[in-house]
Amino acid sequence: MSRKLLLKNDHIPGIAGLSVYRQNGGYTVLEETLKKRSADDVIEEVKKSGLRGRGGAGFPTGLKWSFLARPEGVPRYLVCNADESEPGTFKDRYLMERIPHILVEGMIISSYALGANTAYIYIRGEYFYVAKILEKAIDEAYAAGLLGKNILGSGFDLNLYVQVGAGAYICGEETALLESLEGKRGNPRIKPPFPAVAGLYGCPTVVNNVETIAAVVPIMKMGGEEYAKIGIGKSTGTKLISASGHINKPGVYEIELGVPVEEFIYSDQYCGGIKGGRKLKAVVAGGSSVPILPAELILKTAAGEPRLMTYESLGDGGFATGTMLGSGGFIVMDEDTSIVKNLYTFARFYHHESCGQCSPCREGTGWMERILNKILEGKGTLSDIDLLWDIQSKIEGKTICPLGEAAAWPVAAAIRHFRSEFEAYVSNPDSIKDIKHYYRLNQTSN
Amino acid sequence: MNTTSKEIRFSDEAMATVNKIIARYPEGRHKSALIPILHLAQAEFGGWLSPETMDHVASILNIQPIEVYEVASFYSMFNLQPVGKCLIEVCQTSSCWLCGAEDIIDHLESKLGISVGETTADGMFTLKTVECLGSCGTAPMLQVGADYHENLTIEKVDNLLDQLKKEDRQSRYC
Ligand SMILES: Cc1cc2nc3c(=O)[nH]c(=O)nc-3n(C[C@H](O)[C@H](O)[C@H](O)COP(=O)(O)O)c2cc1C
Ligand code: SF4
Ligand code: FES
Repeated sequence: MSRKLLLKNDHIPGIAGLSVYRQNGGYTVLEETLKKRSADDVIEEVKKSGLRGRGGAGFPTGLKWSFLARPEGVPRYLVCNADESEPGTFKDRYLMERIPHILVEGMIISSYALGANTAYIYIRGEYFYVAKILEKAIDEAYAAGLLGKNILGSGFDLNLYVQVGAGAYICGEETALLESLEGKRGNPRIKPPFPAVAGLYGCPTVVNNVETIAAVVPIMKMGGEEYAKIGIGKSTGTKLISASGHINKPGVYEIELGVPVEEFIYSDQYCGGIKGGRKLKAVVAGGSSVPILPAELILKTAAGEPRLMTYESLGDGGFATGTMLGSGGFIVMDEDTSIVKNLYTFARFYHHESCGQCSPCREGTGWMERILNKILEGKGTLSDIDLLWDIQSKIEGKTICPLGEAAAWPVAAAIRHFRSEFEAYVSNPDSIKDIKHYYRLNQTSN
Repeated sequence: MNTTSKEIRFSDEAMATVNKIIARYPEGRHKSALIPILHLAQAEFGGWLSPETMDHVASILNIQPIEVYEVASFYSMFNLQPVGKCLIEVCQTSSCWLCGAEDIIDHLESKLGISVGETTADGMFTLKTVECLGSCGTAPMLQVGADYHENLTIEKVDNLLDQLKKEDRQSRYC
């Protein structure tokens, strides 16, 4: 049985409220920490835990925290990234909606560690109802003396606010998020300087994902060393996976890192297998930005080893035969899925979301969408496939932020692993006719 | 929708909210309040941001109107044109597409007699497609105002349209 650290209590009625959260041990970790541990202690514990950022990039959290500049007399900020707009990802929403207080508790402990007296949770605008849930939790925490001045008599002060966005995937990129929080367009900043030195209002700032901050609570509860015993190698602890697509049991699963991909897809504890008993065709394992893999490469590495749900195992083989854990957005496609059409939905998405600052991204995403559309309209040629490859190859490394790469990688991977499907569409346009409705709603009732 | 003829001015109640929002930021950083206040303005003044509405927000925050326009035009949740009473936003990205979003869109188009991007003649419904709303595990889905409608079927969509017609309210995110 897999251990749960974040979602252990998600089905307890009333757990979104302060009293039930406290009855189940909530805020005891905060009390203990404020009473017995120094701020540096907390950073040390998080370092020992091996926790890696859960927003997608997987950067070690303790290390990131230790980079925070601490000039005298300048405020420091903690900003929680709850923008969650990577297609296929919905775990932060689930966590915030079900157990908002674990995020609030994590924000207080993390702010204490970083010496921040003001913190913001930046949440995507479409999650307005979740923002309300968070605001209610925050109000409860203020009323109980868990936020505000002199928290629990510790002398530590913290104000915590929720900021809503207004529909822009790019605001998940941390510097675009900070621009947006300052009331501007979400254009990513040129780095350096990094937010750790000049972030919100030019002050030292840490930006962390919702799940990362929530994980600080169990880490402080069990100790970094114990936390690091869960998982495999440098993939420590548990991870929330958002599972969607053609599976019997879509939803959010907390896994111990290291579960075999095959078990994750087929076991009743998780996805419960492919809908209608159909065959698996492909998986996008970590949100729309990571390379798609065909069934044989997602279940086993190129060397024939079972593929595991860890940063390292999913990455095994590089982009030639591997992928990334990313945000944990796990999209499963059955044997009838059109990889080209699915890719088109991604290309359309990135074109829509490009902020437009860099020509390779702004123009490249438009070109990729249009060429894929042309192929799907039955007007594609073989040279269009080469053109698509050429365009994607000219984006990587030439842009201000990683959205350009995030747009290019899915295109590269789809051509790399499913070139024959592209070729079939351009050589036999008739085969495209049925794509749109290949998966009618009434078939999904199974 | 008919807000341009009236003077655009936040009610006292809305102004109280505005001041609460501004208090979240350090001294001199009140521009941070722009996006939350634009949401409030859109909800208060007919579901979209007219130039008059944006100018009013600029004057409240004591910033240049252009600073408001450039932000309002960047974010997809801000409507710079009038929309119907109910703005129906259907997700069309991967997971939703895999689970039948196109059937939902087709059905809405034929039932409402409009194409994506259009508003019904009676001004009741505007249909829009949007990108992933973080509801992929309960696909297909659509959003009306702040409300998520998930695990959609044709029948559920029909019931929803009936209910929205009955309620006859301006949809709002906040
Ligand atoms: C285009 C783009 C979108 C992103 N979206 C998100 C997001 O929605 N949520 C998130 O936590 N991180 C997102 N990130 C990653 C953030 O920039 C940043 O690395 C992360 O918030 C750091 O937190 P972590 O170390 O706890 O993961 C995005 C990055 C890019 C380039
Ligand atoms: S890569 Fe794209 S999204 Fe990122 S800054 Fe450049 S244009 Fe904007
Ligand atoms: S793909 Fe539709 S909600 Fe994510």
